[in-house]
Amino acid sequence: MNDEPQKPVTPSTEQPCACQGGDVPPKKTRRDFLFIVGLVLNVIAGAAMGIPLLGYVLSAFFKPATLDWVSLGAVDSFPEGETRFASFKNPVRREWDGATADIPCWVRRISGNDFQVFAINCAHLGCPVRWFQESKLFMCPCHGGIYYEDGERAAGPPPRGLYKYELKVANNELMIKAGLMPTLATPNV
Amino acid sequence: MNPVLKKAADAAQGVFLWADDRMHLTKLWESTAGHHVPKSAGSWFYVFGSATLVCFMVQLVTGIMLALVYVPSAAEAYQTLEYLTYQQDLGWFLRAVHYWGSDFMVGIMILHMTQVYLFGAYKYPREITWLSGLVLMVLTLGLAFTGQVMRFDEDAYWGLGIGAAIVGRVPFIGEQAVQMMLGGQIIASETLSRFFALHVFVLPGAVLAFVSLHLRMVLTKGINEYPQPGMLVRRETYDKEYAAIIKREGVPFFPKAISKDLVAASVVILGILACAVIFGPKGPSGPPDPTQIDTIPRPDFWFLWIFAIAALMPPEIETVALLVGPVIIGIILVALPFVNGTGEKSWRRRPVAVIIVLLTYTALGMLTYLGHASPWSPVMNAWSSATTPSAQILNRSPLELQGSVVLQLMQCRNCHAIDDIGGERGPSLSDVGTRLTKPQLVRQVVQGGGNMPAFGQSLNPYQLEAIVDYMATLRPPGIPAARDSTIPAVPDHKKKAATDS
Repeated sequence: MNDEPQKPVTPSTEQPCACQGGDVPPKKTRRDFLFIVGLVLNVIAGAAMGIPLLGYVLSAFFKPATLDWVSLGAVDSFPEGETRFASFKNPVRREWDGATADIPCWVRRISGNDFQVFAINCAHLGCPVRWFQESKLFMCPCHGGIYYEDGERAAGPPPRGLYKYELKVANNELMIKAGLMPTLATPNV
Repeated sequence: MNPVLKKAADAAQGVFLWADDRMHLTKLWESTAGHHVPKSAGSWFYVFGSATLVCFMVQLVTGIMLALVYVPSAAEAYQTLEYLTYQQDLGWFLRAVHYWGSDFMVGIMILHMTQVYLFGAYKYPREITWLSGLVLMVLTLGLAFTGQVMRFDEDAYWGLGIGAAIVGRVPFIGEQAVQMMLGGQIIASETLSRFFALHVFVLPGAVLAFVSLHLRMVLTKGINEYPQPGMLVRRETYDKEYAAIIKREGVPFFPKAISKDLVAASVVILGILACAVIFGPKGPSGPPDPTQIDTIPRPDFWFLWIFAIAALMPPEIETVALLVGPVIIGIILVALPFVNGTGEKSWRRRPVAVIIVLLTYTALGMLTYLGHASPWSPVMNAWSSATTPSAQILNRSPLELQGSVVLQLMQCRNCHAIDDIGGERGPSLSDVGTRLTKPQLVRQVVQGGGNMPAFGQSLNPYQLEAIVDYMATLRPPGIPAARDSTIPAVPDHKKKAATDS
């Protein structure tokens, strides 16, 4: 196949490797061409495989959070001037979620249809805050975050007050917009 | 020799020679298990690496066993954990071995890292060994954290909540990062599936890959010789010196240097088994039902120090510390073999290294203890269950006694102890009467401050007077009440008597 005469060995520094030892200098062959073709094809195949995989794993980056209105029960099940525990089924859920689809929250009925609904998660690191009716304080069992009855930060490490749900009263039912675990990145659930 | 036996032996030898010819077993053996190590490396200090690997093997085997029964579904995981613990034959034992194996693995890995640091084994030319070890450390901690989630109980649920809250502090992409971590918008089925995939496929696979690299590096660049004070590492000469050591006193790892590793391996396995049998598996605690908020979430032992840091950090720098701190630690650890790659290896001539190790152990130990004790957490049921010692109600007026009841009902003791009973978030009230005057007590209770909420809104004037009167009586015997510096310390009649004389 290779009929080309061998080039003389020269001490030239231009091509030191190819020339030393009298090797045949590299020549483009069909094998080399096929190697390039193979590389390019595999880059294409890799992209065709990898992009959907990345899309599957990173879908959260492209999809806006979906929230939905859920009912917490009749307005009158919450006495005026008091704060009560409530829970709801997460609007975005799977059949195999089990108990994790039940999300708790604190409902404060100030008067009439004037409500505040607080997320259970402490604004510090997400532990469940507990309401103490006598001192009118929320306390967190993890690092001692304390909040007043209106959700404002009272003491401890939380950088802000309790997260609040958007709410409305419809057909005499208290509705909140839910579906997202609140964190400092998404404080307005 | 019995001719039958001789024939059998010949046949066996033939089979072996055939296999050796096809697979080059002898060569493989000589270049791996038989590679030469400095005689000095056969030391008790050098057993921690192989001991960590032994723990990993235990985890692989027991993990596969547990996966035969465990169902990684948010709805069913807890049930299968209970089944494993209480019904499946020896299920409790497998869970316990896997749990203790994990604790041993992290602990021995830390000892291994300490030894490598103190013996200068990360120095030239073993940078890659150190770096692959760092990756293995991250993977091991990742396995420990994701394993905690596999035990899908209330601690796992709220532990994920803490993780999400930390990730939610990432600037710009916090929301997406949280959803990425949780596999959705809340902690639910896909969260558990995600952590299961990490714990069972991704992380163990990565550990196997990096253990291969780690061991390959041990073969390529050799195990660190036992460092002698005064023998300095120089890039120009070290390789020759090491070759000379191997030539002078090299012994094959198997069977000459492996004996202590073998003993250590058995001690570790027996230790894991003993802990498993004596202490049993951890949990599961309450079910992963977020509406059961009567819970006190705590991470597993090796993460308690992070839990403590989260409580003790000033809130202003917390986000920066949680997100930038690990990066800084990572940069220091990665840079170590390049910045400090030559010179003295022996810890006897590296006082700074010794101090760093002592400080790190002290700090992590203290933080772990604090994370365990959690003095910053309110004792959620102290207000309803803590007793008042009789000395603290004896000879009090009815109003003061009312005050002690108000103090109890207002949940004060969730954060304040009386005679060591109650929370430790705030100062003990046993001697509060010696520290604050009545007007100061009124101000503190009404306005709060110094990390105490204000009670002005929740106390009526009568309750306020009662609680302050009571607290003013809380003094150890013989110690006078606190007094205002603007009010004379000595009663007037005594002063008068003094001037008269």
